[in-house]
Amino acid sequence: MSNSNFDSFNPTAYTNSVESSSVVSPEVLKTLAQEKPLITPMRIFWAVVAIAILIHTGEISDLSFGELFEGRGRMVTYISGYWFPDFTDSGLPRLSGECPSKYISAPFLFNLQLCIPTAIEGYVFDIIQTVGMGIWGTLISAIVAIPLSIIAAENVAPFFVVFIIRIFLGAMRVINEFVFALIFIVAVGLGPFAGVLALFVHTTGTLGKLFSEAIEEIEPGPVDGIRATGASKLQEVIFGVLPQVLPLWTSYTLYRFEANIRSAAVLGLVGAGGIGLTLFQSMRSFQNQKVAAILILLTITVVGIDTISAKIRQRLV
Amino acid sequence: MESPSQISSELQVESVFAPTAVAVKELSKTFKGVSALRSVSMNIHQGEMVALVGASGSGKSTLLRNVNGLQQADTGAVEIFGSPLQVDGSFHSKVRQLRSQIGFIFQQFNLVNRLTALENVLVGRLAQVAPWRSLIRSFTREEKLQALAALERVGILNQAHKRASALSGGQQQRVAIARCLMQGAKIILADEPIASLDPDSARKVMELLTSLNQEQGITVITSLHQVQVVQRYFQRSIALRQGEVCFDGATVDLDGDRLTRIYGSAVEELVMSGHAEVFAG
Ligand SMILES: Nc1ncnc2c1ncn2[C@@H]1O[C@H](COP(=O)(O)OP(=O)(O)OP(=O)(O)O)[C@@H](O)[C@H]1O
Ligand SMILES: [Mg+2]
Repeated sequence: MSNSNFDSFNPTAYTNSVESSSVVSPEVLKTLAQEKPLITPMRIFWAVVAIAILIHTGEISDLSFGELFEGRGRMVTYISGYWFPDFTDSGLPRLSGECPSKYISAPFLFNLQLCIPTAIEGYVFDIIQTVGMGIWGTLISAIVAIPLSIIAAENVAPFFVVFIIRIFLGAMRVINEFVFALIFIVAVGLGPFAGVLALFVHTTGTLGKLFSEAIEEIEPGPVDGIRATGASKLQEVIFGVLPQVLPLWTSYTLYRFEANIRSAAVLGLVGAGGIGLTLFQSMRSFQNQKVAAILILLTITVVGIDTISAKIRQRLV
Repeated sequence: MESPSQISSELQVESVFAPTAVAVKELSKTFKGVSALRSVSMNIHQGEMVALVGASGSGKSTLLRNVNGLQQADTGAVEIFGSPLQVDGSFHSKVRQLRSQIGFIFQQFNLVNRLTALENVLVGRLAQVAPWRSLIRSFTREEKLQALAALERVGILNQAHKRASALSGGQQQRVAIARCLMQGAKIILADEPIASLDPDSARKVMELLTSLNQEQGITVITSLHQVQVVQRYFQRSIALRQGEVCFDGATVDLDGDRLTRIYGSAVEELVMSGHAEVFAG
């Protein structure tokens, strides 16, 4: 019945006061009857399809939570091998009985020495390099993404240009940084520059798309206002479009910067510079306490940068 | 207080001999098969102040946007001081240069919110600025002084360094007028410039447009909804009805009968609404 909704809501009172009185017009009842039912054969069909896909893909990806559970003992043993984090190679100042060479030693409490490294080295160096890769990969891509995004925006550029640039940006975006890193290593050799280039290509694809979507969302009014003064197309973009999108663009760029630091941290696995290589080497040689130290430093860096960048982004929007 | 219509009565006589500022010749425009303008023709002399009236959807905005080439018509022509701006749906190559002589004022102001009032006014000079200079958004001291003078002229010099978004509607509209002055516009097209304003700001904007017309001889074409405002500030009115010109003449001749024909049965409401309390009398 069409009034079942009312019944469940307020059994008698509602039915009496609304249904029986002349307040409810036949049109209202008809409209209620037109309300789409929650469960339809179509929806049942799609639910079955979705469940089937989940089951099948789960099987072929060897999902086995039982195994995970049985292996918990081994996991605990393995993870306990990470304790206590070993900061020997970190490049951070540390306390020790005796400082190695290349360290400035300052007397500390008891017979301990505070050993201050004289050069940026170890994990600290690797992490700075990682952050540097993130900065440059993001910066270059933001600069390149600006013109690309402008000609990829439907409300600025003609259709066929938009179409071609979108395909181009899409190709940059769908291919993972690792794949690009492997390609660039061939071109420029092992090292952080290959990583920067890999980040650059992938991020250009992402930022280009986000930037152009921001352009497509702008208010057209102000641009009309600029056009009406006799300004050129380029001037319309500079004075009418850019001021509107800059806060959002900066925000997107910072967001990608955060993501790129995380990516840069693992690009070393394929030899493209950064902390990843050291991490990988420590893992391969089962120096789990060193792995723990690296992961701790990396976490602090990433969380720190995320926090600062999130603060800046908040201010912008 | 002297009524503006008395002041400008001499101008009206003069304007017959003045050169034509805007000539619209049999302009037609359709949007996806729906006719918005049907063979509209009008001739507006330099120094005239003309009201464009008509019911909602009658084509006022479309006509104004076609006059400065923000839109392209299907057929017909628009000439500015005798130079063709668009002919049969294609722009003349000098369209940008012609546009720079035409200021446009929008109902929603259409300033760039994140730029300051001063920068929004400076935008008026873009047509004369070298591309490399606009690339870095640089303006000369001379240009800045001129822009500030324009802001002073419209009475909001003290707001120059505020962002447009921080200004009231009335102030934003005056920035838009200052931008027209910066352009050195000889013609100002205003599409319902006071429809989004409070009565007091609306009056200021109308008086500003009137004084620009009378003191600087700027040709003003304004679309409006408020009949009182039209009667108070405009000698000549052009009325559109479903995309056709149905009246072109002295505003005093827009009597009840004619208004009913232009606006249909909504005329009562229109005459009584708007900013009647400020503009009446
Ligand atoms: N961009 C557009 N796309 C499609 N149709 C449009 C467009 N602009 C205007 N029209 C149509 O053209 C006709 C004239 O519109 P126009 O905006 O010129 O009227 P108006 O007189 O300015 O009305 P109002 O007083 O409501 O502003 C209307 O039927 C409108 O729906
Ligand atoms: Mg309109």
